[in-house]
Amino acid sequence: MTLIAGRPAIAEAGAHAEAEHGPSGLLKWITSTDHKVIGKSYLITSFLFFCAAGLMAVIIRTQLASPDATVVSQHAYNELFTMHGSLMLYLFAGPFAFGGLANYIVPLQVGAPDMAFPRLNALSYWLYLSGGLIMIGGFLTVGGAADFGWVAYAPLSNAVNSPGAGPDMWIVALALTGFSAIFTGVNLVTTIFYLRAPGLTMFRLPIFTWNMLVTALLILIAFPVLTAALVMLWADRHLGTHIFEVSGGGVPVLWQNLFWFFGHPEVYILALPYFGVVTEIIPVFSRKPIFGYRGMIFATISIGALSTSVWAHHMFTTGVVLLPFFSLMSYLIAVPTGIKFFNWIGTMWRGSVRYDTPMLFSTGFLIVFLLGGVTGIFLASPPIDFATHDTYFVVAHFHEVLFGSAVFAGFAGIYYWYPKITGRMLNEKLGKTSFWLMFIGFWVTFMPQYLLGLHGMPRRIAEYSASTGWTTLNRISTGGAYMLFLSVAVMLVNFWVAWRKPVPAVGNPWDGHTLEWATTSPPPSHNFYALPPVRSERPVWDLNHPNHPTISHEDHKSSPEKEPAGAVGKVADGEQR
Amino acid sequence: MIKSSKSIKAIIGLLGGAVVLGGCNAPTFGAFRGATTQGHDEFKLWVGFVIAGIAVAAIVWGLIFWAVARYRRKGDEIPRQFHENVPLEIIYTTLPIIIIGVLFYFTVVTENQVDAVASHPSEIVHVLAYRWGWRFSYYNQNNTSQGVAIQTAAEPKLLAQPATSSQYPQLVIPKGETVRIVLNSADVVHGFYVPAFNFSRYALPGVTNVFDFTPTQIGIFRGQCSQYCGLYHSEMLFSVKVVSPAAFTKWVSGKQMAQNQSGGSK
Amino acid sequence: MKVEGKLLLVIAVFCAGIAAIYWFTGYEDGGTVMLIGTSLLGLLPASYYLWWAKRMKPRPEDDPNGSLEQGSGVIGAFPHSSIWPFVFGLGAAMVGLALVFGVWTAIFGIVLAITAVLGIISESRRGGSI
Repeated sequence: MTLIAGRPAIAEAGAHAEAEHGPSGLLKWITSTDHKVIGKSYLITSFLFFCAAGLMAVIIRTQLASPDATVVSQHAYNELFTMHGSLMLYLFAGPFAFGGLANYIVPLQVGAPDMAFPRLNALSYWLYLSGGLIMIGGFLTVGGAADFGWVAYAPLSNAVNSPGAGPDMWIVALALTGFSAIFTGVNLVTTIFYLRAPGLTMFRLPIFTWNMLVTALLILIAFPVLTAALVMLWADRHLGTHIFEVSGGGVPVLWQNLFWFFGHPEVYILALPYFGVVTEIIPVFSRKPIFGYRGMIFATISIGALSTSVWAHHMFTTGVVLLPFFSLMSYLIAVPTGIKFFNWIGTMWRGSVRYDTPMLFSTGFLIVFLLGGVTGIFLASPPIDFATHDTYFVVAHFHEVLFGSAVFAGFAGIYYWYPKITGRMLNEKLGKTSFWLMFIGFWVTFMPQYLLGLHGMPRRIAEYSASTGWTTLNRISTGGAYMLFLSVAVMLVNFWVAWRKPVPAVGNPWDGHTLEWATTSPPPSHNFYALPPVRSERPVWDLNHPNHPTISHEDHKSSPEKEPAGAVGKVADGEQR
Repeated sequence: MIKSSKSIKAIIGLLGGAVVLGGCNAPTFGAFRGATTQGHDEFKLWVGFVIAGIAVAAIVWGLIFWAVARYRRKGDEIPRQFHENVPLEIIYTTLPIIIIGVLFYFTVVTENQVDAVASHPSEIVHVLAYRWGWRFSYYNQNNTSQGVAIQTAAEPKLLAQPATSSQYPQLVIPKGETVRIVLNSADVVHGFYVPAFNFSRYALPGVTNVFDFTPTQIGIFRGQCSQYCGLYHSEMLFSVKVVSPAAFTKWVSGKQMAQNQSGGSK
Repeated sequence: MKVEGKLLLVIAVFCAGIAAIYWFTGYEDGGTVMLIGTSLLGLLPASYYLWWAKRMKPRPEDDPNGSLEQGSGVIGAFPHSSIWPFVFGLGAAMVGLALVFGVWTAIFGIVLAITAVLGIISESRRGGSI
């Protein structure tokens, strides 16, 4: 699998010698500016936050399993769901993607020796880690951690209604992780714009890298708004301003406008990278190029652009936003998402699909995410939103979407790139066990929540009376949550097995298409011994399978008899070698 | 428990999509039919959306499962390396646009019905949400107070009671007449949510939200704060009692007498 | 460079258009300001990229037939390790904590941050682990 085609275009003056005898041990993790080490730090840290937030979810579900439950106090419950949301969204789903996977994979996919600003990259990680520690550090304060929900609606989040150090720590933590995200965003954009290998034009970039580019731009659009809002909130709490206070002539709804102007792009910051992961995996395991490559890029850009103008669909029930405008813009997002779905299916179509664990998780993502998308369309309709807003219907919807992307596709990414990152394979049997537990547990957890929402169960309630009739459905949902817990436990066992009984991985175990598979597993310092020539969006495939190039658009035209257009089933008639 | 077994049936309905529409027993897909005209309009939209959603999901899931079942790797052959089909791509870009166009049309129509406020409602109720309770004050058509106010009786307890418990206030409104709700918040953001009416609206500090209910069914319906508002959010309950117009008039005068005797509005 | 510039221009044009529509249908100032800000955020780098795209020859990574030899030579300096980001991050976190617990942590934080900045500058001057 060694791929030699000319020398890589990498300047290693001075830096190379440093690489040989740099610090080792703990000092290596603290001082390294290598994107691979930082990427690994991000992956491990965010996974730990995921586990912590998952345990909180298990406690939350246990509390809700029976009516009038007092497993935890109301106050503790409020802290738990706030921190569950905050950890999952701010410290896991986002950083895992743009801090972990992107940090590790994007420089490899563009054939770069490192990220454009290695020291800034390291700073991003330290800001992220300190932010995360400060956020959960809130639990150690007298008043407990923040308990105003992950959205911190004003005026609930002001100094009167949420006094204490915990909420302040939440604000500061979010500002720090926000800066971390902004720096990572700058780094990713610059890396993708300036450090690509020769021949790797923008329209040959792997879709994962494209999605990370759009994600990085969204970070640059969204996070400054959040930081600004946090500064205002802090000023309201400590400096006596009245930006969100009615009493001083302020406007509470302004917080919601600012927050969701960040919050909705944030949702796509959490989703697009995982779309990218799936788009990498499906072609590799189908042994085909991605179907509709340009359509895919167009869809990503459209989703990114539209996400800046749909924020108030989180505010339909405020009665002060423009309903038809935001409703229509939200519907429009379904179009590019639909394109992506059909392209994923088109990639599998007439392929030769192998269901190793990464592909299994990707297929799970497709199935799961679809339902989340369809219920998303329901919620984009203001009248239906009036009926279901702030109920478990919404909870089920966004868990379906976010769990679908960050966990199903995220785990697919872990299984896919684990050999590249560690040089070891994960166990397939354990991987598949973990998948099936998760896939079944997922439906059992979230389908009842849709019905609970339709029966009128609001979100964020710590307990309910038995007279509501919600007990059975809640029980089922809690059972599902335990299955999900078990599935993650199996995953952890898998890591442990890979650590104790390593199965070495070759450079390109999956017959991958993109440049990260052109180097060793794990890659050397500064990534490449040699780069293959880049003549399409899958240079490594071209090198390994010179007789099976992508059939170009010109060939389509020149041999129309082989390409009857129209129905999907006719795409590749009469051509199966 | 009866309710739960119903919901399991609804799960099966949602999952399988094997639901046949028929007459007045149209499936609700788990939702309330809406005990107001506005809520029922929402319900009709909901049914339409669910059917459209099931159709779309069935097609896409069908394609996925077909691809999964049919194109599983069998040999070591490398499949044909096609990667695009422009007409097809145009079709599956255009179709969703048409679908959302239709959905948007029905959304706007329903939204206008649900959001419409009558010029002369027969009753006006000012609803004030506060941590952690509700206050319902009754006003005349010309917006003068009728001297009737009902509010949460007790401080929050440790556990939520049934919504009809006397601890929580009851909003009494007449059937078949248009009731204007004027919604305000005294402190943080709350949500005025009556599940059976298929409706919720934020109670925002500094903003007055106005909407109408036209109840179509006599009965008692549970209501709850839907927007998280702090420690005892789970206990911010109330109920809505829809009575006949005659009973309503009687109830109002009874309340007026009682509150006059006890010396002013409680 | 052209594609990159155009991509950023998409943000600028799209958000400007939406801002106009939003303002004339909603008359809501907060959202309009944010949309205009976003539009400018796209416009600034877009004009930079497009300005340069006109004036420089295509880079090897923009050339579909670009060969690896074309791309050889120095493309940048990539330090392999440095303690200063960690020190700076620690300082920033302490400054952040000062917003919660009072000024005293800020003193340590600022000292750490300044040390880190000086450290990075001297590190670069020495040319050691750049």
